[in-house]
Amino acid sequence: MDKIVDREALVGELNQKLGNCAEIFEDNTNQSIKVKPEKIVGVMKELRDNPKYDFKALMNLSSVDYPENFTVVYHLNSISYYHKLTVKVELDKAKPEVQSITSVWTAANVQEREAYDLMGIIFTGHPNLKRILLADDWVGHPLRKDFKLQA
Amino acid sequence: MLKTQELTLNMGPQHPSTHGVFRCVLNLDGEYITKVVNHTGYLHRGLEKLAEARTYTQFIPYNGRLDYCSGMMNELAYVMTVEKLMGITEEIPERAQYLRVIMSELQRIASHTIYVASFSLDIAGFTGFMYAFRDRDRALDLIEAASGQRMMPNYMRIGGVAADVDENWFSQLQKLLDDMPASLDEYDGLITGNEIFQARVKNVGIVTREMALDIGFSGPNLRASGVDHDLRRDEPYGIYDRFKFDVPLGEQGDTFDRFVVRIKEMRQSVNIIKQAIKDIPEGPIMAKVPKVIKPPVGEAFHCIENSKGHLGFHIVSDGSTKPYRTRIYSPCFVSLGFFPIVAKGQHLMDAVVTLASIDIVLGEVDR
Repeated sequence: MDKIVDREALVGELNQKLGNCAEIFEDNTNQSIKVKPEKIVGVMKELRDNPKYDFKALMNLSSVDYPENFTVVYHLNSISYYHKLTVKVELDKAKPEVQSITSVWTAANVQEREAYDLMGIIFTGHPNLKRILLADDWVGHPLRKDFKLQA
Repeated sequence: MLKTQELTLNMGPQHPSTHGVFRCVLNLDGEYITKVVNHTGYLHRGLEKLAEARTYTQFIPYNGRLDYCSGMMNELAYVMTVEKLMGITEEIPERAQYLRVIMSELQRIASHTIYVASFSLDIAGFTGFMYAFRDRDRALDLIEAASGQRMMPNYMRIGGVAADVDENWFSQLQKLLDDMPASLDEYDGLITGNEIFQARVKNVGIVTREMALDIGFSGPNLRASGVDHDLRRDEPYGIYDRFKFDVPLGEQGDTFDRFVVRIKEMRQSVNIIKQAIKDIPEGPIMAKVPKVIKPPVGEAFHCIENSKGHLGFHIVSDGSTKPYRTRIYSPCFVSLGFFPIVAKGQHLMDAVVTLASIDIVLGEVDR
């Protein structure tokens, strides 16, 4: 079984240090927290640098097009404690914008560009937010649900 | 005084040392690189979108097309994520678990021999290429005998594996395992210990421990930088907690370390397969799973130790027969982000070695 961070303590600590920014997110994995989009850089820095959590590396950066919002999902995995945490950010459908965390982990650079390319999520403060897989003149973002698959 | 100017050089997409259809634009000041820009996407097939239009079972063969040098492990990562989503991780029969481990490690040997081969080819050592491909073919023959396909096995199933193997197959495998240490010694004698090779690759493309974590290295590349982390040992999935094996580490994270770590890893893979074939029980190879796979609403993320690093799948289910979203976390795609950082300031000829040393497969970079 996956080893999971004590979410209540974590959320309490984050809210205390960075102002009201995080809450427990209930889903089937029982390892998610929800963070406000404008606070994501601070939260990630805290998760990286706090020796209690020690998430030295970012693993996966995923994005999902739900009917009610866009969700950016960060999967973190500590290589010293082997515990896991999923950080979720819910974004407005009309204006999906979130702070870039490239300044926290360089690994986010290419993954954010991919999320921009395929899902159309804007990462503010990204050093080079351009398409990475599709051609530069491609219209639309294929992983959105309103982009129909054509044979 | 002579007038000089920066030269812009386009490398790829059709270039033997870019391992596929990767293109990079290099700015050169004489022989030295001042700037690198990566261009990927030439092999983009939209697998994540295709997955949304396929049932869970139908998507299994597509995984072989991700990293086409380690098809077995890609499929394993995918089916394990679906099993986690369905909550049937504990129900996989013992024999299937052992077969999964044997196939994964066999595939790791096949994948790492490609690395040895292409690496020596990139530094113009054609003999090493031949030696490594000889052994890779024997591993692929075994995979073909079990699954019917050399490179796109379509062998893993949600709930087990597709086909059982017989005594004859095991005796063939035993022969390979008996020969493999001698072959690895041969690589060591021919390539690793070669003075010209060492002079060429030592102290080139150094990635420190902190840098490796920051740019998202995983698997052998991370271990070459001295980070002691292996999912098989630290967060064992399947039945990996039953096997004893070492995790080889590099010292300073140069291209030489990345090469040596992989040779050592092949020895450990042989070691693991030997333990597995000693313990493998008789029995069924498939759990009782429904004909139509319909995971409950929810999501799952699972990561395994692929030959290139951590390969993960993030699958979101809406309760129907098709996934709502499938995200493929690819180690090659993330690792490739290191190239513009490390190649800056290098010699042009060293950049080729640096790129070869992280073992990229463009099928997985572009998906």
